[in-house]
Amino acid sequence: MTDLTISLPGLDLKNPIMPASGCFGFGQEYARHYDLNKLGAIIIKAATKEPRLGNATPRVAETPSGMLNAIGLQNPGIEVIMNERLPWLATNYPDLPVIANVAGNTEADYVAVCQQISQAPNVHAIELNISCPNVAHGGLEFGTSPEIAAKLTKACVAVSQVPIYVKLSPNVTDIRPIALAVEAAGAAGFSLINTLVGMRINPKTRQPILANQTGGLSGPAIKPIAIRLIHQVRSISQLPIIGMGGVTTAADALELMAAGANAVAVGTANFSDPFACPKLIAALPEELAKYQLSDLSSFDLRRDLIHD
Amino acid sequence: MSLEYLLTITKQTEIIPGIYELCLYGDITQQPIKPGQFVDIKIPDDAHLLRRPFGIAHVDRQNKTITLLYRVVGKGTAYLSRCPLKTELSVLGPLGNGYPSDHLMPGQNALIIGGGTGIPPLYELSRQLVAKNINVHHVFGFANQAAIFYEAPFRALGPVSYATNDGSYGYHGHVGLLLDAQFADAVSHYDAVYACGPKGLLMAVDSRFSKHPHAYISLEERMACGIGACYACVTKLRRNPDIQLKICDDGPVFKTNEVLI
Repeated sequence: MTDLTISLPGLDLKNPIMPASGCFGFGQEYARHYDLNKLGAIIIKAATKEPRLGNATPRVAETPSGMLNAIGLQNPGIEVIMNERLPWLATNYPDLPVIANVAGNTEADYVAVCQQISQAPNVHAIELNISCPNVAHGGLEFGTSPEIAAKLTKACVAVSQVPIYVKLSPNVTDIRPIALAVEAAGAAGFSLINTLVGMRINPKTRQPILANQTGGLSGPAIKPIAIRLIHQVRSISQLPIIGMGGVTTAADALELMAAGANAVAVGTANFSDPFACPKLIAALPEELAKYQLSDLSSFDLRRDLIHD
Repeated sequence: MSLEYLLTITKQTEIIPGIYELCLYGDITQQPIKPGQFVDIKIPDDAHLLRRPFGIAHVDRQNKTITLLYRVVGKGTAYLSRCPLKTELSVLGPLGNGYPSDHLMPGQNALIIGGGTGIPPLYELSRQLVAKNINVHHVFGFANQAAIFYEAPFRALGPVSYATNDGSYGYHGHVGLLLDAQFADAVSHYDAVYACGPKGLLMAVDSRFSKHPHAYISLEERMACGIGACYACVTKLRRNPDIQLKICDDGPVFKTNEVLI
């Protein structure tokens, strides 16, 4: 019997696989098609203080082995999430740990949402979204400067009842000073990577395909970048990392774990295959067995060899 | 109820340049499929990540096939058009909500309005209405005569009025002008109005039939998940633009005057 359990700050998970924020709504749509109890956890769609309508359409465009999205953090706002979405998950999936993704325009917004959402009984951790490339304010501007990222993290950690994983951006010159600053500010861990800023143009109209002009690139196309950045952050910090970026298969998940991730989120793959997460979880034991491993912690040990 | 089906290509024909008729065999036909619902197909190639939504042009329960009609517009549909017979495709569906028609009684009249590649789902709709002894009249717009497809199959179900942008066939002008010229009494004459096509056509139908109690339009948008989770294909409610509906899940069929097109 393969042991897939992992234990991270705030998160005792039966397996290390969870849908990534923004790719799974608040779980309700996918729950129509499979039992969410199969998941290690669920990272819900970004919560902001006020409801957000998001960007104009088109909001998505395909790219080779990837996609661009510029949804723009559409969400019903913290009140509806606290009163409807989280209770729905608590009622239907009482044993499913929720990681709440938090975004905002200002530090005060982030602090208010962290304080409130961390009190929900089924929210076990927060993913602090300082790396959304698709909004005019907040998002990336908090994630590209070590000082600003650290200040925001510190303020959120001070009010949160649960551990905070800071979601780092790949759209930076060097991710390491940001990771170190966030760690010093009290982050419990990291989540990486968010999407890379990209753009596509329709040759017929010579206009960007996305109404927002630019969008975040995700999917298998960015997996090597995720692996590189996870490896870089792991080389300077021992904090837990929830890794993500183009993971589709169990082999992909193990590759991210070999680079230094402790848990793995699955994003875009949910769109190609709505059953991507349960299929990946079911395939993990066999994938581990290929390397004569029966649990993930032994995979962790081999990870250290890679770093030398 | 299953969401995903593996369907086998049993026929693929280029019926006019760039327009393909694709027949898929499998268990999806065991499910109730309403005209106007769609399927979301994975292009069988790793580089094409996002599924492609297609309206369902024909459901043949006896032979367990569904037929799609699609235009090659990009690399994904080009890849699909080159898939040989017996290729297995991962298909999600039927998705979304179809055209309501339960209120129609035998002998009543329906007006079906379409344009270009918006026409395919209207074929299954028309077929099912005719099977219920509803009189259907079709109004179709195309760029020109060469772009017209499925003329004979539609004419077998009821009269068809064509409009072409260049006047090469039927009425010279777009569908909105044809409606004004020849269907001035349509609001009271028809017991149901159904439309699918480009944005301009939908706006024309939406404004002309905004108060009709049974007038429906089907919207199209770039989608990612197809099942309501990604929020890519949203549209705003007309009475309150702060409320957004998802075209894949709340639509793709909406009542006229319901959403901002």
